[in-house]
Amino acid sequence: MDLELSEEHAALRATVEHFAQKEVAPVIGEFYERGEFPYEIVAKMGAMGLFGLPFPEEHGGMGGDYFALCLALEELARVDSSVAITVEAGVGLGAMPIHRFGTDEQKARWLPALAAGERLGAFGLTEAGGGSDAGATRTTARLDGDEWVINGSKCFITNSGTDITSLVTVTARTSPTEISAIIVPAGTPGFTVSEKYSKVGWSASDTRELFFDDVRVPRENLLGEQGRGYAQFLSILDEGRVAIAALSVGLAQGCVDESVRYAHEREAFGHPIGKYQAIQFKIAEMEARAHTARLAYYAAAAKMLRGEPFKKEAAIAKLVSSNAAMDNARDATQVFGGYGFMNEYPVGRFYRDAKILEIGEGTSEVQKMLIARELGLR
Amino acid sequence: MNIVVLVKQVPDTYSERKLSSGDHTLDRDATDAVLDEIDERAVESALQLKEANDGSEVTVVAMGPDRATDAIRKALSMGADKAVHLSDEAIHGTDAIGTAKALVKVLGTLEGTDLVLAGNEASDGRTGAVPAMVAELLGLPSLTHARELTVDGGTVTVRRETDDGVTVLTAELPAVVSVNEKINEPRYPSFKGIMAAKKKPVTTLTLADAGIEPSDVGLSAAWSTVTESNPKPPKSGGEKVEDEGDGGSKIAAFLVGQKLI
Repeated sequence: MDLELSEEHAALRATVEHFAQKEVAPVIGEFYERGEFPYEIVAKMGAMGLFGLPFPEEHGGMGGDYFALCLALEELARVDSSVAITVEAGVGLGAMPIHRFGTDEQKARWLPALAAGERLGAFGLTEAGGGSDAGATRTTARLDGDEWVINGSKCFITNSGTDITSLVTVTARTSPTEISAIIVPAGTPGFTVSEKYSKVGWSASDTRELFFDDVRVPRENLLGEQGRGYAQFLSILDEGRVAIAALSVGLAQGCVDESVRYAHEREAFGHPIGKYQAIQFKIAEMEARAHTARLAYYAAAAKMLRGEPFKKEAAIAKLVSSNAAMDNARDATQVFGGYGFMNEYPVGRFYRDAKILEIGEGTSEVQKMLIARELGLR
Repeated sequence: MNIVVLVKQVPDTYSERKLSSGDHTLDRDATDAVLDEIDERAVESALQLKEANDGSEVTVVAMGPDRATDAIRKALSMGADKAVHLSDEAIHGTDAIGTAKALVKVLGTLEGTDLVLAGNEASDGRTGAVPAMVAELLGLPSLTHARELTVDGGTVTVRRETDDGVTVLTAELPAVVSVNEKINEPRYPSFKGIMAAKKKPVTTLTLADAGIEPSDVGLSAAWSTVTESNPKPPKSGGEKVEDEGDGGSKIAAFLVGQKLI
């Protein structure tokens, strides 16, 4: 029974913690206010290898594991979620499907730049009217000679329209009964992206709507097996949930960090507010939520790394950690009082960034459904 | 090119640093310990030189208690190739002169060193004297406070920057160079670097292994003795100057009183 991090994981966690404090914290507020994608920070994260964490060295990766990625996401999200989700989506949704299902040629062509963070990949699954019912894909792809011709649209796609986006993998119907995944390089004629959405949170991340109007890509851009596109996606969804859980724990912990600091600093009625039990209990509960949520994602990740089924643990981790993030963001804002409502303080950002965690990568309702199914309730 | 970087583990400057009540040496348990930030830049300089000169090797040398291995690992995970750690209970309390003497002995265990790099001062002791002393004891050119550093063939050139001005210094290798806090932005270790660091060789030496005389090091050999230490007094509210039309002269009088003007 050992919940200690390995020496390497601990060193990585400390490195990313230092990076986030030194390179992200001082500048991210302004990017967030302007709704601007932080290219400089992405380049620095690329240089330290964060986009290559779980990939083998032969494709430009760091030779680490998925848990290393989770630890990095937690530490980034402790400071800012826009930056964390950019890494999560770039690695988990942009590069991972190619690493997992790509041919040697596809991996050699796309992975090195993605793993280095020089380019970003995106995954286009969700459609307007789709959401949790991802099987309802209406985008189509038909073969015309040696080319796929793609028509349709996708929504809420992260990293899809940055200056450094190299590709979007889209799911499309290749027959009335089958869904396949196809790599569409950025800049392919007929493939356009909307302006960035105006979002409640994650404001410094890139999220857009995608349109495909007779988009032609070579036949060999099919990713994985024809007709297995949705099934392939489902198989990477469980690990994606653990990643989002880690990101949620980071936000929950960031709320604790900020609240503890403020409780020492801010005085009311002659004492720092941290002297008052009302504040102490609130922060104690916040710490307990962050801690238990962390244990939940560690447990899911441990099973994943051992190669055991971890569907239930991933769903539990995602459910409890997104709850913890939301609850802690609410409480931290309360600790800060009026200042918590000001965008210039990180807790204001945390509050706006927390809600999506209960929605993206499977809503809380979907997680509960999965847990119930794993308990044999159908 | 064989480059040796002298590094020190210091208390994190973000934490409150204390002296122990017994012998007034640094209370190492009271704070987190990190690789000194200017030393980190010296490591970065070494790595940049290594990358520009094929076949170079970067060796990290540290003197300190067992836990200084954490600082050594950090330098190795950034990309240094190997390390030598002088760790012996008898070095506790060693002053700058003793440190320089000991480091010179450790450097003597390494062959073919072309360049010794160091930070120009550590953020704890801040004597800022060790690199120059090491150069003196080795009889090598000493180029301190480098803001820029280039090596061309067998010649090292630095742009030395101090309060007294900027000087360009050139010397033939081997030489000792200390760098300042503006020379570069050190890289963050990658996970690949972190994993590789675990497998890199770290030689641990005792005083005897390095041929260091116990009488040259330790608190008893220090040239100065701390007899008393007190925590920094809390900041007082300061002096308020009421402006009754003579605010300017009152401030000037205050500054004269503080010997600032």
